Amino acid sequence: MTRTRHGDAGAGLLFLTPWLLGMLLLTIGPMLASLYLSFTDYNLFDAPEWIGLENYRRMFDDPRYLQSVRVTGGYVALAVPLKMLAALGVALLLNQPRRGQGLYRSAFYAPSLIGASVSLSLVWKSIFSDGAIVDRGLGAIGLHTGGWVGRPQWSLPMLVLLAAWQFGGPMVIFLAGLKQIPAELYEAAAVDGAGPWRRFRAVTLPMLSPVIFFNLLLEIIGAFQVFTSAFVIATGVGGGGGPAGSTLVYTVYLYDKGFSDFRMGYASAMAWMLVLGVGLITALLFRTSRVWVHYAGEKP
Amino acid sequence: MTSGGKAAAKRLLWHAGAILLLVVVLYPVFWMISSSFKDSRSIIGDLDLLPAPPTTRNYATAAEGVGGISVWRLFGNSLLLAVVSVAGTVISSAPAAYAFARVRFRGRGALFALMISTLLLPFHVLIIPQYIVFQRLDLIDTYVPLLVGKFLAVEAFFVFLLVQFMRTLPHELDESATIDGAGHARIFWNIVLPLSRPALITTSIFTFIWTWNDFFGPLIYLSTPDTYPLPLALQLYIDQTEATDYGALIAMSMLALLPVLLFFLVFQRFLIEGVSTSGIKG
Repeated sequence: MTRTRHGDAGAGLLFLTPWLLGMLLLTIGPMLASLYLSFTDYNLFDAPEWIGLENYRRMFDDPRYLQSVRVTGGYVALAVPLKMLAALGVALLLNQPRRGQGLYRSAFYAPSLIGASVSLSLVWKSIFSDGAIVDRGLGAIGLHTGGWVGRPQWSLPMLVLLAAWQFGGPMVIFLAGLKQIPAELYEAAAVDGAGPWRRFRAVTLPMLSPVIFFNLLLEIIGAFQVFTSAFVIATGVGGGGGPAGSTLVYTVYLYDKGFSDFRMGYASAMAWMLVLGVGLITALLFRTSRVWVHYAGEKP
Repeated sequence: MTSGGKAAAKRLLWHAGAILLLVVVLYPVFWMISSSFKDSRSIIGDLDLLPAPPTTRNYATAAEGVGGISVWRLFGNSLLLAVVSVAGTVISSAPAAYAFARVRFRGRGALFALMISTLLLPFHVLIIPQYIVFQRLDLIDTYVPLLVGKFLAVEAFFVFLLVQFMRTLPHELDESATIDGAGHARIFWNIVLPLSRPALITTSIFTFIWTWNDFFGPLIYLSTPDTYPLPLALQLYIDQTEATDYGALIAMSMLALLPVLLFFLVFQRFLIEGVSTSGIKG
């Protein structure tokens, strides 16, 4: 009794030992090391040579780097909103007391489990190739795009759709959030004469805003780190970055620099720029959340 | 129309809409299953969902594997990695979660915040020094770099999931156990761990699926095809055979997803629960 009341550092640290070791050896240590390496020229075989901010300066003169930033920016800007809208839309559809609701929820969730695999990337590539279903289907309604795989203007949208296809994860979280909204709020709104759209705007959206914020944060951070689909789909199509570099996402270029060219210093600097970029967007999101996220107890 | 009839019509419309949407969303999965039974040459252009006539030849070719390595060997590699990862994750994450959820000590809040912050950290900032260290230790092209982190609870999501669950267990349980003279080790082992079974199952399934699907780790650390897990072997196969045998490629993709699909069918309740309560994505 006394031990749990007054604190028990010995037991706490003992239980935490594996985690603490991991934290020090596999997280904090490597973070410091990569920060140091980012200021050096290092090829894995010769000793690292200190070059100050040179790696960071070089990025801005590196057309492939700038291309990877543009591609990733476009990917995040398209994939995140599309995935969030799909997740919210289907969650709203499913959030009704209907028979089989749980079954539908599971079925819509399935793509989230398999979508990031090599297998699915391959399937995606197949259904978007010349003469396959997407090409023929769009052709039938007068949109002659051809296959999307080898075409620079369509290869990124193809990856975006693969990301959006995995909307099941955020959808399940939205559904859990929707269930928390008290029915009285809708009843009160209905008594006040609010139609479905007004009820959605005045009750659902504000009550759901913490969940929207949470999903948005995780989806943005995840989207910046997309790798497998871009890597697999680009195999055999225009080298590492897809046709005309159109799918050269940040992590694929980082992989090329670090693990094909063994430019470890440059790749470390790239990794830190990614942390900086993601950190900045996270901070910005937290900043704006004061305006649009409502927590329980506050007035919507 | 009576109001009952109207409600029935609405219900029918809702189901029709949901099913239609589901068919569109799951089309790629149907496509994969059906294509794996089609004649290899006609897969891309053939829009029929039913293979006519169905053939198992693709699976026979896929079973021969890649570059002389049988598919069973690759399957075994994947299974070994996934099973050891599950064991490591559970063994290391459960005690850590217990400390965060049930032991009071100075600095717990700060350490917990540290753990949460690693959830948001892009792991790319860690892989280069990790790679260098494993290279110095001569551990490249072994499974050690892929597994060691699992035994050190580096996947903060699972620690978080378990903490969330353990916090909900009633405190009276450990208080009365303490009065009976039980220490933390016994409370953890005899009370908290058995009661945390649902969360431990969720953790295990997600660890299994994530490890099974992992591509980046094996890609940077493994170079001998003998040791490849399925996704990496599949990528090698794409490189080598895309033009020649498309059907076998799809069949092998199917084999690589089979355990994940089975796990999903059996454990979907645990998976959905885990996502709802912790925000873990698949």
